[in-house]
Amino acid sequence: MRDLLFQGLFRRPHTEPAPALDPVAVEQLATSLGELARQRLGRSLSIREVDAGSCNGCELEIHALSNAYYDVERFGIRFVASPRHADVLLVTGPVTKNMRDALKATYEATPSPKWVVALGDCARDGGCFAGSYAVEGGVAAVIPVDLHIPGCPPPPLQILQGLLALLARADAKA
Amino acid sequence: MPSLSDLKREGLLAPQQRPWPRIIVDEVLWSGAATSVAERRMTLLALWGEAGAVHMALLEQATAEVAVISLNCPSGRFPSVGAQHPPALRLERSLHDLFGLEPVGSPDSRPWLDHGQWGVTAPLGANTPSTPQPPYPFLPVDGAGLHQVAVGPVHAGIIEPGHFRFTASGETVVRLEQRLGYVHKGIEGLMSGASLQQGVKLAGRVSGDSTVAYSYAFSLAAEAALELAVPPRAVWLRALLAELERLANHLGDIGAICNDAAFALMLAHCGVLRENVLRAAAIAFGHRLMRDLIVPGGVRRDLGADGRKAIEAALVSIRQQLPALVELYDETASLQDRTVGTGVVSAELVAQYGAGGFVGRGSGRAFDARRQLCYPPYDQLRFEVPVLTEGDVNARVWVRIREVEQSMALIDQLLDNLPAGELLAPLPAIAADGEGIAVVEGFRGDILVWLRLAAGAIARCHLRDPSWFQWPLLEAAIEGNIVADFPLCNKSFNCSYSGPDL
Repeated sequence: MRDLLFQGLFRRPHTEPAPALDPVAVEQLATSLGELARQRLGRSLSIREVDAGSCNGCELEIHALSNAYYDVERFGIRFVASPRHADVLLVTGPVTKNMRDALKATYEATPSPKWVVALGDCARDGGCFAGSYAVEGGVAAVIPVDLHIPGCPPPPLQILQGLLALLARADAKA
Repeated sequence: MPSLSDLKREGLLAPQQRPWPRIIVDEVLWSGAATSVAERRMTLLALWGEAGAVHMALLEQATAEVAVISLNCPSGRFPSVGAQHPPALRLERSLHDLFGLEPVGSPDSRPWLDHGQWGVTAPLGANTPSTPQPPYPFLPVDGAGLHQVAVGPVHAGIIEPGHFRFTASGETVVRLEQRLGYVHKGIEGLMSGASLQQGVKLAGRVSGDSTVAYSYAFSLAAEAALELAVPPRAVWLRALLAELERLANHLGDIGAICNDAAFALMLAHCGVLRENVLRAAAIAFGHRLMRDLIVPGGVRRDLGADGRKAIEAALVSIRQQLPALVELYDETASLQDRTVGTGVVSAELVAQYGAGGFVGRGSGRAFDARRQLCYPPYDQLRFEVPVLTEGDVNARVWVRIREVEQSMALIDQLLDNLPAGELLAPLPAIAADGEGIAVVEGFRGDILVWLRLAAGAIARCHLRDPSWFQWPLLEAAIEGNIVADFPLCNKSFNCSYSGPDL
């Protein structure tokens, strides 16, 4: 272990420079973030991730955000264990009917001001699961959505661009 | 009790199913087959329903023969397999929820997938408006000083939703009861009437971490039904995709298991190696998780020189880094203290449940579909199937470490011997009927897909995730361990929620 840690001191870090903001996300957020919210949020985001019926592909890419290449915590973005500690709910999946109540309860447990980011193609409108007896057909069918990050699943860089846009908007007039 | 050849002799062979036979049986033979499974003469591979019939896929281990047996049940009732063979219970509860077919004699009539939220009962059967359900009755637990901890469906980490009900005496878990079904999307309902193109897209979204393996199994089943031969280059590229998927998942999970024992250093290093594989996949095939690449007929994208170089570079990085990480895992006493002897599953249980993947192979069940069922190109490749007998978290980690090494050796062979030629055989112009079945070894274990085509469209498709036979063993593994070791045990299984919830 000593050798590994020692090597780490001298090797260049894996972490890559921050990506540019996603212009589409910036546009979407311009309409959804209020002045007060921007002040409260400051420069950090606490995110509670909720899988509301995803295939787990989105979860894999959200996990990847924490690896050494993306190192999401350097931007003040962190994933928290409880909705009560969260500013943002990051919701994946078409929202199955079996998860509807749990998603609502999680939303209600999140203190205001709060934002909802729907992640992945099926979180928008159900995607390829739309029309099933077992799905609601998108996050917006159950709770209000502020930002949608498309992709199946969106690669980590794209998720990061969306989240950074959320931070930048919040920071602009703070 | 009937063997597979007895069933073939006494039942009625259904036409058009390939490559393994489907045999229509009566209630007596059906129950006899259930007894054979309970007595371990055969392994239950899958049990599923459709309107008016139930089907069971069976594997005879000694001969590596597979067959499906079917029982028509116009009355809506069939003799319960779960009554004799507990691993069938959740499967029967699910098919009851979906089709309304009643397993007669089943000791557990509680719903499984149906949480009373769909607005209908038996959505794929009678599909009638539902009435409110009573609260789900968890199993009763009696005893002095016991307390319960209820967890989920929304968990603390970034994982899929499910409910765990722990009963503990002090810190020790006396019983874990799982309640799943939260991510049931109704995929089998969406499959009915879908085209093969829509079908393979859905199959690739049953469990995202196994998107290659699912689209692979679906495509093999569809090609069997259509009697379609796939170009050799596509056959080999499919195995390349499957091994890259296995590699990425194993690397990520080895790190994540150590992280659940509070050893974050392994996660950091393994996370880099996993990312290297995903980035190579993105360069080689245009998608990090290699989604929507395998389709009936072949593969949709060729491997170019850049892609080959990227994959080779990823392998070089793993070969440079992994030995030191494995040594670190093996020599860190505080980590070994957590993984050795924790979450033990007996060889008896994995044999009874026919558990596949590293869960089975960590407890002495030497089954790997690539070896036993020997589908191409694995019949032409050299690889070992690592098997350990300890059955603890450590054994499951070691099986995965050994499988990383095997997958890398397989990728070398695949890249060195990749045949030239076409990628995609055209689907037949005539809208055909037929039935096909396939089993593919995903990173988690064997995935089974059965489908029936009618006039070229999917009439019925069943996809059986390996986790069906692994989840119940997690309930056994945690017994007698402390509550704080549950995340560690759970991660060492890494069962899919989306896969079995479907």
